Amino acid sequence: MTKVYTRMGDGHAVEMTVDEIRADILAGTEDAADRGKIPPLSEGERDYLLDLFTFEGKIVGVVPGDEVVLTDDGSVNALYGAQSSSGVGVPISRESAIRVYERAFAMDTMEVGHPDYSFKPVKPIIALELQAMESVLHTTIIPMYYGAMPNLALYARPDGPFGNPADLLPMGKIDEARSAQEEAAEASTRDMIYVGKRMAEVGADGFNFDTTASAGDAEFLATLNAVEELARTTDLSIEVGMAAEFVLGMHGKVTYDGVRLAGLYPHQQVKLVEKAGAHIFGPVVNTNTRRSTAWNVSRAVTFVKACSEAATIPVHANVGIGVGGVPMCETPPTSMVTRASVAMVTIGRVDGL
Amino acid sequence: MGSGDPYGMPISHALASGMGGIRTAGDLVARMQLHRKMRLPEAKAYVAEKLHIGTRELSDEVTMRELREELDIGVLTSMPKAARGLEAKARIASLLEVSIPSVVRLREKIGPG
Repeated sequence: MTKVYTRMGDGHAVEMTVDEIRADILAGTEDAADRGKIPPLSEGERDYLLDLFTFEGKIVGVVPGDEVVLTDDGSVNALYGAQSSSGVGVPISRESAIRVYERAFAMDTMEVGHPDYSFKPVKPIIALELQAMESVLHTTIIPMYYGAMPNLALYARPDGPFGNPADLLPMGKIDEARSAQEEAAEASTRDMIYVGKRMAEVGADGFNFDTTASAGDAEFLATLNAVEELARTTDLSIEVGMAAEFVLGMHGKVTYDGVRLAGLYPHQQVKLVEKAGAHIFGPVVNTNTRRSTAWNVSRAVTFVKACSEAATIPVHANVGIGVGGVPMCETPPTSMVTRASVAMVTIGRVDGL
Repeated sequence: MGSGDPYGMPISHALASGMGGIRTAGDLVARMQLHRKMRLPEAKAYVAEKLHIGTRELSDEVTMRELREELDIGVLTSMPKAARGLEAKARIASLLEVSIPSVVRLREKIGPG
């Protein structure tokens, strides 16, 4: 029987039969449907994915005219940064790298971001960041975000002043862990609002919250509160990108607009992000490294399709390393990245990536 | 998009499904999403109407290269006398009838004169 050369979720090559790929596509969408309580992909949509994953060509693309808008997280760290940012270490300034992304990489938007890429360390060096933003705004044409991560973990000891829930919870100190997260969330919200308002003052087009809720539901609340204030008081276009498909209940009781945040999936997350006043939502679906890319892409687009249908604001799905069906490896194969890209547009009905 | 090396991530997505940035009308469609919360079909229709072209042509590199030069809203290749940076954005703000924060700031700085 003919074998198809494809990839696992960890990026390694694997040969599978057409029937095996068909079965994985079905299993992937059923897993998402079961977890998210959302509809699985139709037979026609699964057939489309099968064609995509059995096509022998190395890369694929959408039908001309169906292209979508690209926004990016992590800024241009991938060009001048180090391994931790997927950086290739090109000796080039941040401002120059942004020009490269605009003029050589065909990006629709770009962002200024600090190499540390969290809001907390940006606060003491805000003047440096404002200067970079002002400089870039003078010389570029594409819309320009300032981006960073809420990263609530930086507010917990030993990095911050508040108790660490990862220490308190194993000791059974549930109330103390919850109080610590609430205090940290308030401090985080204040920092994000401070940075956002300063960026608005110099004319930034947008503000990107990347990997939101990485530390769980309290971090999601901190971000939603910051979004609400910035949407109310500035002209910033706000993008909220998530850290994972499922909001972890590290606190378990925090709510926004009467909705408990722990346990929300993308199609539920987007409604709260809309309510807070954001302009673009970036859903995340995590990659399972032990399953095939066909399984992962099928699963990811099932979640994202439900999110796109529920949304009233543009949806830009995250399709970086280890999310959106893209393999979890340092050099993601272009064959699988382009397949995830096309599936998100054609079946996930995203407005952007 | 997300994390990844420049070739594996932004370049791959740009080739597979990206609008094309200033090679085409990618930045213009993006502006309508950013500033007006427009979903993709609405954003494309809005920009296409302003440019007097069809939505498919928004991502046509040849059509948009010529049109961007004609409208003087910034072109990809470095060309003397073409609008650059803020100059191009000021023209885009007028063309699309959108408020671009850096252009608003420029107008405040140069004053009414």
